[in-house]
Amino acid sequence: MTPSGQDLLDRMAGALARRRVRVIDLTQTLSHSFPSIVLPPEFDQSAPFRSEPISRYDADGPDWYWNNFSCGEHTGTHFDAPIHWITGRDDPRGATDSIEPSRLIAPACVVDCEAETAKDADFLLTRDHLLAWERDHGRIEKGSWLLMRTGWSKRSDATLYQNFDETGLHTPGPDLSAVRFLVDERQVIGFGSETIGTDAGQAAHFSPPYPCHSLMHGAGRFGLQCLTGLELLPPKGALLITPPLKILRGSGSPLRVLALVEAAD
Amino acid sequence: MSPVSASYNGVVVVAPVTIPYRRYAQHDAHWFLAKAVAGLRDAAGLATDDIDGLAVSSFTLFPDTAVGLTQHLGLTPRFLEHVPMGGASAVVQLRRAARAVQAGDASIVACVAGDTNRVDSFRQNLANFSRFARDAVYPVGAGGPNASFALLTAYYMRVYGAKAADFGKLCVAQRDNAQTYPYALIRKPLTLDEYLTARLVADPLRLFDCVMPCAGAEGFLVMREQDARGRGLPFARILGSIERHNAYPEDPIQMRGGWAMDRDDLYAQAGVGPADMDFLQAYDDYPVITVMQLEDLGFCPKGEGADFVRRNSFTAKGSLPLNTSGGQLSAGQAGAAGGHLGMVEAIRQLTRQTLSAPIPDARIGLVSGFGMINYDRGICTGAAILAASEA
Amino acid sequence: MSPSRSPPKNPVLKTREPTVPPGLRSRAALRLTAAACEGRLELQRCRACSAFQYPPREACTQCLSTRLEWTECDGVGELISETILHHSNEPYFRERVPLRVGLVRLDVGVTIVAHVDGACAPAPARIRLAAHLDKSGQAALVAHPPEGPTDMTTSQTHRDMTCDPRGRKILVTDGKSETGEALVKAFIAAGADKVWAGVAEPWKDATAIDKLAQLEGVTTVPLDVTDARSVEALSGLIGGKVDILVNNAEFHRHKPVGARGVETARAEMDVNYLGLLRLIESFGPALKFRAADGPNGACAWVNILSVYALSALPSQATFTASKAAAFAASQALRADMMGVGIRVMNVFPGPIDDAWNQTVPPPKLAPSALAAAVVASLKAGVEDVYPGDVAQDILARWRESAKVLERELADQ
Repeated sequence: MTPSGQDLLDRMAGALARRRVRVIDLTQTLSHSFPSIVLPPEFDQSAPFRSEPISRYDADGPDWYWNNFSCGEHTGTHFDAPIHWITGRDDPRGATDSIEPSRLIAPACVVDCEAETAKDADFLLTRDHLLAWERDHGRIEKGSWLLMRTGWSKRSDATLYQNFDETGLHTPGPDLSAVRFLVDERQVIGFGSETIGTDAGQAAHFSPPYPCHSLMHGAGRFGLQCLTGLELLPPKGALLITPPLKILRGSGSPLRVLALVEAAD
Repeated sequence: MSPVSASYNGVVVVAPVTIPYRRYAQHDAHWFLAKAVAGLRDAAGLATDDIDGLAVSSFTLFPDTAVGLTQHLGLTPRFLEHVPMGGASAVVQLRRAARAVQAGDASIVACVAGDTNRVDSFRQNLANFSRFARDAVYPVGAGGPNASFALLTAYYMRVYGAKAADFGKLCVAQRDNAQTYPYALIRKPLTLDEYLTARLVADPLRLFDCVMPCAGAEGFLVMREQDARGRGLPFARILGSIERHNAYPEDPIQMRGGWAMDRDDLYAQAGVGPADMDFLQAYDDYPVITVMQLEDLGFCPKGEGADFVRRNSFTAKGSLPLNTSGGQLSAGQAGAAGGHLGMVEAIRQLTRQTLSAPIPDARIGLVSGFGMINYDRGICTGAAILAASEA
Repeated sequence: MSPSRSPPKNPVLKTREPTVPPGLRSRAALRLTAAACEGRLELQRCRACSAFQYPPREACTQCLSTRLEWTECDGVGELISETILHHSNEPYFRERVPLRVGLVRLDVGVTIVAHVDGACAPAPARIRLAAHLDKSGQAALVAHPPEGPTDMTTSQTHRDMTCDPRGRKILVTDGKSETGEALVKAFIAAGADKVWAGVAEPWKDATAIDKLAQLEGVTTVPLDVTDARSVEALSGLIGGKVDILVNNAEFHRHKPVGARGVETARAEMDVNYLGLLRLIESFGPALKFRAADGPNGACAWVNILSVYALSALPSQATFTASKAAAFAASQALRADMMGVGIRVMNVFPGPIDDAWNQTVPPPKLAPSALAAAVVASLKAGVEDVYPGDVAQDILARWRESAKVLERELADQ
């Protein structure tokens, strides 16, 4: 007999309480020193995270402490909604406030590219890499997140994290074949990365440019950036909780990304 | 020449009063001025209401003036003068009071000057002395009379060949005079060598060229001769007087004062000349200005002041008794009373009421005032010739 | 006397607290200061009879006319008498005696009590009187030798009227910008003891940062003026050492009003205006505290503004608004710093020859020319600097008629 939904929730609560299921935080701390995305200077820039105290148990508020914070929607560990990209602009449920809430909890597949990216910062994940992964771990289920593990989040130095030179950003990402495969053939719910974009650093020069943004969002899928702790997840089997702030017509938002995983014995 | 100004016949000065000087005081100026008015009343055997005229000079009375002082002291005068002319105030008060008495606007005028000296009040007075001082002198570090007189002294020495010892001779003589004056704050004998080797204050001025600011008051009464006689008060006559303000503004630096413009009138009024003077009570906050008065009042030609100093002696028994109570250089400078010091000493000498050594047979004397270094020079000058009653 | 480097501070001695000379002036005398702020000697002159006069008055001493104007004067004259002050009742001067003071007779017929440069011959001597600013921020007239360049280093009292970079520790914000790099190099060339070059977003322009760091005497430090924590962190590290702070950080775009420019405007305000406020909050107190800390103590705060802070350039509306805001803040800063004798120097350049003015036709001010003007102005100790032809032109037109200039700029 199939267990009822309540049974499942009860069992889940019990599993969490008994630490049979662990909660893993995949979020970078929002801080003033975390780098923000860089665009050519003639474009308006995304505001970095700032927090200034309103009061701190002082004359401005004797018994309480609080801050005003400000940042762009795409700051720190953040969620990209479909309307972020021009290809997804007409998606009626593609903004942070209109996304179907059930889509904010989904399983995750984690592709480990740490070895490759250690050798090549511009490493590109291809369809062939994904097919090889499936041979080891099984098919990427429809509605899953595909998370690209690169170890990039271990680069605590902002300059190394951004990895800029005169030719721009040098960070890994998916190529067009991988994005097409994920969107069309596997119908993932979104693509997640440890770097500051879901696309590779040099993706401006791809055709089309920024394939992951362009195709994912055009198909109503999501993006997650600046993830950390992916090495704590199994290749398959983790459940991701990814609700962005419910910003009116928001194109994305910083968020807390939690993963539920089976505890090792 | 015939005098420009009318005679002061029938008006006399009486009751020389000094409120003893002290280096610092805790009282306000009002306290010293009250003591001076009471001292005048008592010295002349008056009732307070007999004083129907009041002339006041003070730097530290602020925010009051002579006006506030009447209510403060319970006086109801029908003649009131506030004379903010620093070291020229005594002569100017005398002139105002004498004319008022002559005209019947007042019967007995109390002429008082006095100041307090708190530990920081001298600096604060300098800082706000005048608009020009505030704008153009004080900010250069040259605030206060030291720098101004240093510049005049340096120039005078260079142009006329005066030597430090010439100025020193005046300072030493005045210190000798102070030996017998009980209210002088500095009576320690001074040698020329000590004068010449004292520490520099503002080159070429050294310590003993400079007066010591202090608290104190001085006063005298002006009344009709018949009233003085009626009350049996010893008196001195006024033979003549002058005042002048902002004389010779075109001079690049002050090498002469207003006395030079008016001295002929002064001597014409008095019918005497410089040689007839039995003493000179000059304004002496720095010796260079004493030398300038010797020249401008006709004791010697311009530029020959130093030579005159070398040829004369200035003690009470000297060839020209000068500042016989020690002058401000020894007695101290009680603010606006600085010019009154010499006036009161002159009245004492001429009425034989001296506290210091008497000048033998003093009959006619000259009192000179100088005040208000508004910017680069003293603005107010005045002088009066007084005579003993029998003269 | 121009120490190139102060010896390390004795840690057990109390840091000397700043004193300033008397700063109270009449309204008329403030005109003398206004001219001195730009390094000019101006005197009052009667329009009716052409007589010069000093000190400043409300009426002419020669003809009683009240039609007085301020006229530039060459300051040529004679030192007619002088003294060395060994004593003063005023704390500021008491700390500085002996002090050479003189009476100067200018050829235009006025007598002036003035400071005397140690290089002047003894009185009587020909001199040239110049207007400087003293530690209270008011005009101070100094007699110099009639020929040759003005040397304000013959005495510490005169050097204190300037903000000579020699021997001083200087922080330049946004050191990797074109102007920042020029300023850093100019300060090193001027003998600065140390230059900190603040760099924001170190992941950008790593090459420029490396280039800066390789300059002798330069240390790059993280500093993002849009980030209070970053500003605070740096002030915690070096705030007690900075002698001159040069706020060069600038965000510059060409946006008119009404062109969806609010985010641009916000970014401009964040750097150009709020950045200044953040710097003031963090660096201000320590700078003020150290205003008398030895012969090379803290002395100046420099703001790189824009001549269009005086009158808006509509084609760069939001930029000029942010510079006008910074100008207003700098005036308040100046009022505050005046109490301890820290000079707030505002620099009002026209267009700088940099990437953001690429399409602006010449004349433009080279970053190196801007830097040279800043160094020269610190040495002269002036308060307002309008470097270059455009700045001078706009200033002259603004002085002539702010309204006419507004109309003219409407078409630019």
